[in-house]
Amino acid sequence: MSLIENSLIGCHSIENLTPTVSRRGLLKASLAAGFTLAFRLPLRASDEMDQSANNEGKFAPNAFIRIDHTGQTTLVMPQVEMGQGVYTALPQILAEELDADFGKVALVHAPPSDKIYGNPLFGIQATGNSNSVRAFWKPLRIAGAAARTMLVQAAAAQWQVDPTSCSAADGVVRHPASGRTLAYGDLADAAGQLSVPPAPVLKDPKDFVLIGKPLKRLDTPGKTNGSVVYGIDTMLPGMKFATLAASPVFGGKVKHVDDSAAKTVPGVRQVVVLDDLVAVVGDHMWAAKTGLDALAITWDEGANADVSSQQIWADLRAASKQDGAIAKSVGDVAKGLLQGEKIDGEFELPFLAHAPMEPMNCTVRLTPGACEIWTGTQVMTRVQETAAKAAGVPLQKVTVHNHLLGGGFGRRLEADMVDSAVRIAKHVDAPIKVVWTREEDIRHDVYRPVYRDVISAALSNGKITAWKYRVTGSSIMARWFPAGFQKGVDIDAVDSAVDIPYDIANLQVEYVRTEPPGVPTGFWRGVGPNNNVFAIECFMDDLARKAGADPIAFRRGMLGKTPRLLAALDLVAEKSGWGKPLPARAGRGVSVQPSFASFIATVVEAQVDDHGEVTLRKVTSVVDTGIAVNPDIVVAQLQGGLIFGLTAALYGEITIDKGRVRQSNFNDYRMLRIDEVPPIEVHVVKSGEEPGGIGETGVTAGPPALRNAIYAATGVRLNRLPIDRGALAVGRQV
Amino acid sequence: MPAVKINGEVRTFDVPDDMPLLWVLRDVLGMTGTKFGCGIAQCGACTVHVDGNPVRSCLLPVSLIGEKSITTIEGIGATPTGAKIQKAWLDLEVIQCGYCQSGQIMSAAALLAVTPHPDDADIDAAMAGNICRCGTYVRIREAIKLAASEPRT
Repeated sequence: MSLIENSLIGCHSIENLTPTVSRRGLLKASLAAGFTLAFRLPLRASDEMDQSANNEGKFAPNAFIRIDHTGQTTLVMPQVEMGQGVYTALPQILAEELDADFGKVALVHAPPSDKIYGNPLFGIQATGNSNSVRAFWKPLRIAGAAARTMLVQAAAAQWQVDPTSCSAADGVVRHPASGRTLAYGDLADAAGQLSVPPAPVLKDPKDFVLIGKPLKRLDTPGKTNGSVVYGIDTMLPGMKFATLAASPVFGGKVKHVDDSAAKTVPGVRQVVVLDDLVAVVGDHMWAAKTGLDALAITWDEGANADVSSQQIWADLRAASKQDGAIAKSVGDVAKGLLQGEKIDGEFELPFLAHAPMEPMNCTVRLTPGACEIWTGTQVMTRVQETAAKAAGVPLQKVTVHNHLLGGGFGRRLEADMVDSAVRIAKHVDAPIKVVWTREEDIRHDVYRPVYRDVISAALSNGKITAWKYRVTGSSIMARWFPAGFQKGVDIDAVDSAVDIPYDIANLQVEYVRTEPPGVPTGFWRGVGPNNNVFAIECFMDDLARKAGADPIAFRRGMLGKTPRLLAALDLVAEKSGWGKPLPARAGRGVSVQPSFASFIATVVEAQVDDHGEVTLRKVTSVVDTGIAVNPDIVVAQLQGGLIFGLTAALYGEITIDKGRVRQSNFNDYRMLRIDEVPPIEVHVVKSGEEPGGIGETGVTAGPPALRNAIYAATGVRLNRLPIDRGALAVGRQV
Repeated sequence: MPAVKINGEVRTFDVPDDMPLLWVLRDVLGMTGTKFGCGIAQCGACTVHVDGNPVRSCLLPVSLIGEKSITTIEGIGATPTGAKIQKAWLDLEVIQCGYCQSGQIMSAAALLAVTPHPDDADIDAAMAGNICRCGTYVRIREAIKLAASEPRT
């Protein structure tokens, strides 16, 4: 077993960095991370308190690198690992420029600090929007190169030679002329005395030895033997276990609780009744859950008691008839629409739950004046802020222990579970782990909004002359990141619509905000592009059909300004066997997307039986993501993302009845299983461009390609998800 | 007080008879490698072996185990098929978030122990009870075949 595994397993996989930082450390961190200054939030008093562990005796030139006297190199991860591979990709970038021995690096989770570990693209410490590699590509290269420069300088000074006559590799500085070497550990003290170079020389990509290689993931060994610790696995001395019921109707309040039966359940210790939820505390989850089932709770259902999917859809459809705020306008769309045959389309997407395999959970230990949190989150600082507020303690008195996440998918961009857990903990005289049942997890999610997209286009000589596109739906940005909602436009809701890859002279994109009553909405893997890529790519097939053109040929003619996408499309046509004969009621469908700064073309091959049941036969995807930091992880993200998106297309829908979510668990909120998953072929295009995003791309690619495959197989043009099998049955075709 | 043999060791605990093994493992014994995913035997995250057979521990009352032997993810590496599966999982980088993988590995190890050279239909039948939200199914299938191709140890 290599040292990597030892170091990771030795610290129970991946440790948290605990607070303390010197002013000098902070200053160095700020210098090395100067690129982010423009995005920084205002300095808060607490920032001086946060972080950066006990670095005594370590070379700690910036926020991301720690080297001790033994040469142990520890990398601090500013983004979280939820399966997408950043705990391998980010170390590859850092270790590349640092010339560290990749086989010996250890990782720690960054502590909460927007100032030091904020994502440069968000300005806060959030992991999402497939931008970890994009956001940290330059910063981490600079951090690694600065540290390497200092180590080389320290060695050169000791040898009294010119630093340019030295080289570094695998954690060792060499002076080839004299054959002398010094390991990084031996240089840690001397390097720490040097000033941090503000603009270190970065490697020429042709000299990369780690970036671009399919290196083994650093987070996976502990995931094969049960030793990895997720937030839900937290165990503390004297801990109690709790589970809860929130009002089944969104926004409802507790009216009355009869806990007499619950209190007789063996192992039940306490029933905590709050304004909006009831929790049962026990010696273990089984007692808590059995106790919860034994409660008789009546709820004051409040204003949302009559909310239904039917009403939400009626409201959404009505709202979509209004003019929206203009997100983008090119040429003259009104005039353009008169210059050809006008075609209209409407597309609709349902509410979706995230359903990460690790249900929501949060462990809390309250002590006088302080609060400690164990959870897995995509938003470290928001967890800290939420806990401070709920516990009524200053921010700097909240310690957050982050973990590897058992799936995030956007659900863990929220901190609601921390708020609930802390409020429960305030009534319990012990550390407490609060675990949501799957039913509560599904029924109290923050849902992917319902969307409706209305499109009008004009066709002339096989080309689109005008394109009017209106998105109607909830604004997640308005709540989550208000700077992203300006002048009536939610930048996420129109993402991939304002940057449509096709050459269209007259184009207008509008957004109408409408909020479903009571139903909380949030980011869901694929975010805005999920909706827009689906609508655009489905409508492109409808237009191709109208133009009498092959769907790939039709798209090819309008991709002149997006050559990387055109190249991906050409390759996917070849690799997928596009145009080759298929059995009856089988078809191929294509989708293309420039989303998340990656260029992806996908072909789904599907079969529809006489009852309308759909079988996936094969998926082929070509991805140009620029420099693929770890090409095997890129392939894995495409494979998994496609399945995530196709799961939603085939099964995903949350419906509301009497103010309640009707679905509850994996029996009625279905997932694709292994026996339904076809071969998935992913081709990664070699590229020297800057890295694009990858974690969400497969999710957006799958659904439109599947819908178009069904169209090709049956002639039925579905315009909403999940797919309606009834409409596909033989004899039901329209 | 119930006594159950887990990974070769007899463990005793004082819990209600109807308490599912999952919560005994996780909350009483602190063996957190076995995961809670759904509580209704729909997802397979809690899969353990009972005398070598894959069983969803979220619905297995601890009092029904009796003399049978339990193997969990913490112990599966000590079996030849378990070790082969774990290795194949890493060789092909099956894992993403990893939360379901304890259950996936337990189901796959049970399959290989009975069917050393499974075909696709065998894999479908043995693994369809395990949900992976990250969508690692393509690699799970490849890794089972890789493990099956390794010489018997």
